[in-house]
Amino acid sequence: MKEQLIFTKSVAGRKEGYLPPLDIPEPQQVSLPDWARRKDTPRLPELTEMDVVRHYTRLSQLNYGVDSGFYPLGSCTMKYNPKINEDAANLPGFAQLHPYQPVETTQGALQLMAETQKALAEIAGMDAVTLQPAAGAHGELTGIMMIMAYHASRGDRRRTKVIVPDSSHGTNPATAALCGCEIVQIPSNPDGGVDLEALKKVAGMDTAALMLTNPSTLGLFENQISEIARIIHQAGALLYYDGANMNAIMGYARPGDMGFDVVHINLHKTFATPHGGGGPGSGPVGVKAFLEPFLPKPVVRYEMQDGRYILDDRRPLSIGKVKAFYGNFGVVVKAYTYLTVMGGDGLKAASEKAVLNANYLMSLLGRDYHVPFAGPCKHEFIVTPKNIKETGVHTMDVAKRLIDYGYHPPTIYFPLIVEEALMIEPTETESKETLDAFARALCKISREAKDDPGLLHEAPHNTPVSRMDETAAARKPVLRWVPYYE
Amino acid sequence: MNSNEVKYTREHEWIKVEGKLARIGITDYAQKSLGDVVFVELPDLDRELKAGEVMGVVESVKAVSDIYAPCTGRVITVNEALLDSPELINQDPFGDGWMVEVELDGLDEELLSAQEYEELVKEEAE
Amino acid sequence: MAYLPHTKEQEKAMLATIGVSSSEELFRDIPPELRLARPLALSPGLSEKTAWEQIGALAEKNRHTGRLISFLGAGAYEHYQPKAVKHILARSEFYTAYTPYQPEISQGTLQAVFEYQTMICELTGMDAANASLYDGATALAEAALMAAEATRRKVILVSPLLHPEYRQTLETYLHGRGIRIAEIPWEKGVTQPAEAEKLLNHEVAGVLLQNPNFLGSIEELAPFAQAAHKAGALLVVSVDPVSLGLLADPGQCGADIVVGEGQSMGLPLSLGGPYLGFMGVKEKYLRRMPGRIVGKTTDRLGREGFVLTLQAREQHIRREKASSNICSNEALCALSATVYLALLGPQGLREVGNQCLQKGHYAKKCLSTLPGVTVPFGCPSFTEFVVKTQEAPVLLNQRLLSGGILGGLDLGRFYPELKNHILLCVTEMRSKEEIDQLVRIWGEKA
Repeated sequence: MKEQLIFTKSVAGRKEGYLPPLDIPEPQQVSLPDWARRKDTPRLPELTEMDVVRHYTRLSQLNYGVDSGFYPLGSCTMKYNPKINEDAANLPGFAQLHPYQPVETTQGALQLMAETQKALAEIAGMDAVTLQPAAGAHGELTGIMMIMAYHASRGDRRRTKVIVPDSSHGTNPATAALCGCEIVQIPSNPDGGVDLEALKKVAGMDTAALMLTNPSTLGLFENQISEIARIIHQAGALLYYDGANMNAIMGYARPGDMGFDVVHINLHKTFATPHGGGGPGSGPVGVKAFLEPFLPKPVVRYEMQDGRYILDDRRPLSIGKVKAFYGNFGVVVKAYTYLTVMGGDGLKAASEKAVLNANYLMSLLGRDYHVPFAGPCKHEFIVTPKNIKETGVHTMDVAKRLIDYGYHPPTIYFPLIVEEALMIEPTETESKETLDAFARALCKISREAKDDPGLLHEAPHNTPVSRMDETAAARKPVLRWVPYYE
Repeated sequence: MNSNEVKYTREHEWIKVEGKLARIGITDYAQKSLGDVVFVELPDLDRELKAGEVMGVVESVKAVSDIYAPCTGRVITVNEALLDSPELINQDPFGDGWMVEVELDGLDEELLSAQEYEELVKEEAE
Repeated sequence: MAYLPHTKEQEKAMLATIGVSSSEELFRDIPPELRLARPLALSPGLSEKTAWEQIGALAEKNRHTGRLISFLGAGAYEHYQPKAVKHILARSEFYTAYTPYQPEISQGTLQAVFEYQTMICELTGMDAANASLYDGATALAEAALMAAEATRRKVILVSPLLHPEYRQTLETYLHGRGIRIAEIPWEKGVTQPAEAEKLLNHEVAGVLLQNPNFLGSIEELAPFAQAAHKAGALLVVSVDPVSLGLLADPGQCGADIVVGEGQSMGLPLSLGGPYLGFMGVKEKYLRRMPGRIVGKTTDRLGREGFVLTLQAREQHIRREKASSNICSNEALCALSATVYLALLGPQGLREVGNQCLQKGHYAKKCLSTLPGVTVPFGCPSFTEFVVKTQEAPVLLNQRLLSGGILGGLDLGRFYPELKNHILLCVTEMRSKEEIDQLVRIWGEKA
């Protein structure tokens, strides 16, 4: 099955009309000066509505989403996206609001934002939350900028170093660099936690922050966290929480109580808003009270005096704006809907079952795969294939073979500190039947690796394309369609 | 090439000096650890390099690495063949895969001999 | 309701397999002093029916543009979205997928992005485009960082007629990198190229313009391109893509990087997000583009297909040396724009542009006949334009709102020198009758 590019289906002169004819009388019409006018016609396709609908429907059928099947992508929390969330965001009372409408006409929306902020603050153990960042990485950027602004506000401009563990997500160092910081990487200890001695050596007067996720990218709770917080705070630096793995601990523990000063949360992971094939996400940031003045502008809050919600722009210490307007409001509506349906008890149950599912699946896989870190794990865990040297079957091959069995592969080759890692996050919304069937498939694949490794090297077998030549793609990039006559 | 005329950096560049001129590239070990090279960014002509500074970038599909200048001097030729055929770096890192030629003003003081470099590679491989 | 599948019996069996007696035991690695000893202080969960009623009531508290006649733009525009767009976006194979890291089962997203990249190139006159950025403001900031990196220079010249919130975002982004911003003077509604030329020197990395600018005026780009290039700087232009069926494409005028806000391609207003940042660049800068990029290649059997490519630039490989930290982008919004453009086609897009042009001019002309209302700038405008009033904008807008009209933006909010100036927006959504209604109510004495 293959679908031609939409441009090659174009027929000159074919069109649909969606607008009534222009109702401004001709004598009142104007024309543009020559310098302002476009000389050529952009080569957009010329098609009927049905042509377009069929084309994109067929493309959708070449995709795999959470609604297609099991999607155990580690650190991405691909849980089910309830349909009510989509409908809520599409309500005209939310979807058709202009960002510059007077606040007296958008009180319902501002209330929704204020209540979401409050709920996220409670879940993370923070004092204030901004919903502005458009994604997790954007939240990181916002958080580190606030940390730098805080240090600067105290005249402490020596703090230019950000510490990250070697197991961290690549975004952490990239973010710190964008803020003009230098990166200091520290090794993990044998249990996958922070090496405290290494941390003590580097934490000092020039440290701005330590960026950490807890549970770690290995799916393990960092139980030395109180000591880590003490070391960092004693050095005068702040502790940043990457909330990618928040789904493991809701209602059980809170980053704020662990000593974290800044937290970003991914609504598109923990709070069930869909990933959209790569976005839009939303990356709210929570802070302790002493960092509240640095939040990006504007801040949504309830003004007692006026008895209404406002957008507060008068904030002299704010880091400024990190994007236009107020964040990915449509995504926030979805997360708010999820929070409303789940409630506090539901969220705790979600974390409980996410951890139960991960431990159960890890137990099922222990026989046929290496489990480098013994449990209990939190919401995700790592396994690696056995006998790689003998079979020549690598993690990539296992992952691709899973596609033949109808599953989306787990995250692979991450974290970097475990060779040949398969990082599996089942999430709480998957049933025992699904986990059992997935485990059976992985066990079968491990037998296939011994009996018929070629089968795995050439996997997947039943997809419209098999493994792609990424080297050719990067050497001579073809990034757009051009007509053949050119 | 007689590898004795060639010196190496700890970052896996080689430099071959002939009088006032020097030719620079990355080593066989470097190209092997990168994998299939897909792109190289080379310094502009006439740029005055300082020993130890980043003078370019070499990319494979899954990795990327800075190229450090092993000497101080002015860039007089860049190997334009690499822009179209970066695979030359994989095929012939010490020959057709060379990167730039420099009018020499001074060498990095910490360059390694062939033997020292071989030991370094052995250590790194372990 | 909590979307949880296990029965009690299943849970018991699972715990037995793990070898623990309760799921509590699975949390034993969290030190007791760090355990939350109380329930979360949140409302209890609700049935879907009750939740839906509550959320519906909250939505009803807002007055939305579906029930108001809106003349508000300023970076967020009401355009007609063909019904088919929403139906395609509702395909959950698209919206419940992750980033297409597994090309074998992601050809749908990948091909759609490839088509999107092509359309952005066609509209902007650029050679390559990325798969999207967060919004117009961050896209402009990323372009400025790119210009600084490409030229290894540290000054960015900006038009003061960039969207003020884009300008503020730019300041936030450039702050950490130690890049300085300088302003080009403006006059008569447009940025002055002669002034830009005076400010351009070997320290300037890029010149940033918006077209149409924040006041709705059409900027003449070519002189800026010439001046910038003469000084070795790049020209970066932020555009409204809906204008590009009609207005000269920035590529034709000499731009090196074109960015913009894609919301106007049929995305809902949604109180300011999620929107769509887009970026197109000249071939020379292709490998400096931030964010994800899709390329065409072949599989091991020679079949054509698509993959994420040039990933070595990105944070997960380059870490602290990456040009940007962006991972998640606005993929679904890009799909929306792609379907929108495919449905409209070149003629449809041109028609939208022409209706915006004509209706904007008609409204401008009609308002200028009212006593106390003047049009301060004589330059050509697109969709949006500025009028000066004697009545305070706040009071005027209150008066319009009680007549069911959402008035324009009070420019004094961003430009102290433009007190009592209002920025009005008239897209193809407004009929002549509605424009006449605006003029009538505006003209009624307070």
